[in-house]
Amino acid sequence: MKIKQISVFLENKSGRLAAVTRLLAEKVINIRALSIADTTDFGILRLIVDKPDEAYRFLKEAGFTVSVTEVLGVEMPDRPGGLDSGLSVMAQEDINIEYLYAFIGRSGNGAIVIFRVEELDKALQVMKSRGINVLNADKIYNL
Amino acid sequence: MYWNQRYECLNEEELRELQLERLQTTVKRAFFNVPFYRKAFQAIDLEPGDIKDLSDLQKLPFTVKDDLRDNYPFGMFAVPMSEIVRIHSSSGTTGKPTVVGYTRNDIDVWSELMARALVCGGATRRDIIQNAYGYGLFTGGLGVHYGAERLGASVIPISGGNTKRQIMIMKDYGSTVLTCTPSYALHIAEVMAEMGITPYELKLRHGIFGAEPWTENMRQEIEKRLGISAVDIYGLSEVIGPGVGIECQAKDGLHVFGDHFLVEVIDPVTEEPVPPGQLGELVITSLTKEALPVIRYRTRDITSIITEPCSCGRAYVRLARFTGRTDDMLIIRGVNVFPSQVESVLLEMGGTEPHYLLIVTREGSLDSLEVKVEVSESLFSDKVRRLEELEKRLHHELESTLGISVKVTLVEPKSIQRSEGKAVRVIDRRKL
Repeated sequence: MKIKQISVFLENKSGRLAAVTRLLAEKVINIRALSIADTTDFGILRLIVDKPDEAYRFLKEAGFTVSVTEVLGVEMPDRPGGLDSGLSVMAQEDINIEYLYAFIGRSGNGAIVIFRVEELDKALQVMKSRGINVLNADKIYNL
Repeated sequence: MYWNQRYECLNEEELRELQLERLQTTVKRAFFNVPFYRKAFQAIDLEPGDIKDLSDLQKLPFTVKDDLRDNYPFGMFAVPMSEIVRIHSSSGTTGKPTVVGYTRNDIDVWSELMARALVCGGATRRDIIQNAYGYGLFTGGLGVHYGAERLGASVIPISGGNTKRQIMIMKDYGSTVLTCTPSYALHIAEVMAEMGITPYELKLRHGIFGAEPWTENMRQEIEKRLGISAVDIYGLSEVIGPGVGIECQAKDGLHVFGDHFLVEVIDPVTEEPVPPGQLGELVITSLTKEALPVIRYRTRDITSIITEPCSCGRAYVRLARFTGRTDDMLIIRGVNVFPSQVESVLLEMGGTEPHYLLIVTREGSLDSLEVKVEVSESLFSDKVRRLEELEKRLHHELESTLGISVKVTLVEPKSIQRSEGKAVRVIDRRKL
């Protein structure tokens, strides 16, 4: 159920993001979702890809600072209040969200939300017990 | 372990006697054979006969790098060219290079000193010494080479550069001692890690590193990553090359071979000697050099004198770890800043790869200092908060160490240029 997210340290200057995407293109790695957190000087690129282990290795070999983090991918109803219902559950259970990013999936009629939380196992349990559809990793990698 | 126990462990009286006798000979040689020294002595009404005691050293005039440049190329030589068997030159990092010459006896003495240094640093005749100092005009390569041969060790004259080949040879030939600059040793460790080679696959056991200032933390980093014991070696071409001083396995200051060199530490501004333990500029007088005697040569290197005896039993005074150069010293908003201070902070923070760059700029009349630090995998986090905390911590530590405000920028690995010789740590963009 846990999804491997690839995070890459990038300096805030032109061409750095392209250097990552070019490498992934060359290695035929497909990006499923991404988000960038940025500050004045640097950014952190977070990626969900179809082949995370390979992506990690290629990026590391190319000299990037890169890490693998486990995150949760959750399907939520794509309608007003859809995200709110999920977040309310997390709030009730006192699960702190580090960050999240969302995208609309190609299949089904749900939106997919990637959650980064500190207590991953607890979050997973809570969501399942509340009937929230936590997607398994292969499903996300192969969307 | 000594190479020459008789001379390395002289008692104080014997040593002082030998030093005085050799100082008198050197002063005479300089006065009678080098017009520059004769003029300098005459200008202050000094004759060789006035040097009657070691304390008379302070009567002698200083020699500076510019004196060697003004007499470029051979004007400071005290012997005819027919006696010169070797010519070396400084790297010229601070301007026009200075040229130095050696007689056959100078090469012999230098080999002896380097053999002593290598033994002091842990090498024996059974070692395979991979000498990654540059061969050529730079004194490092040939200096170590001759010492290693004198010692009877097996020397691999690989010179600097081509890091992957260095590592391959280190592994295949079973090199046991590595000699190079400390920044290059770290670079080798880095490339080794990239190649997936661990120290356990090597036979390396000692490292003798010099030609640039480094910190205690950097030593620990190198020792850990290469699985060796590392010592600092000191020297400069104007005086002889490497082999002026070296740490023993106690790693508590560099022993200066006092039967061949006299050292003083002075305040670079007042030119007065400072007491032991106090930082100042190192000044060296050669005692046995024939081709190029130097009298009170101002090295621009910052250190202090340690007079307490060392556990290894060597007779000579020691020099504390070098903290920089008077000409590396940046004066930013009136505060003296040494790149080595930045380095020690970065290493103390742990995890940070010691790759950094100081950039000094001036906007209007205000100087500002930026320190770029490469983010290694061990520091990285997918959370912005963590990286910002790291930046804040670095910022705080640097400001409290340097005493001026600093802008810290985290940069990608390998974005700061690597050097295979002396590391470039400072870019000064001020137009002064």
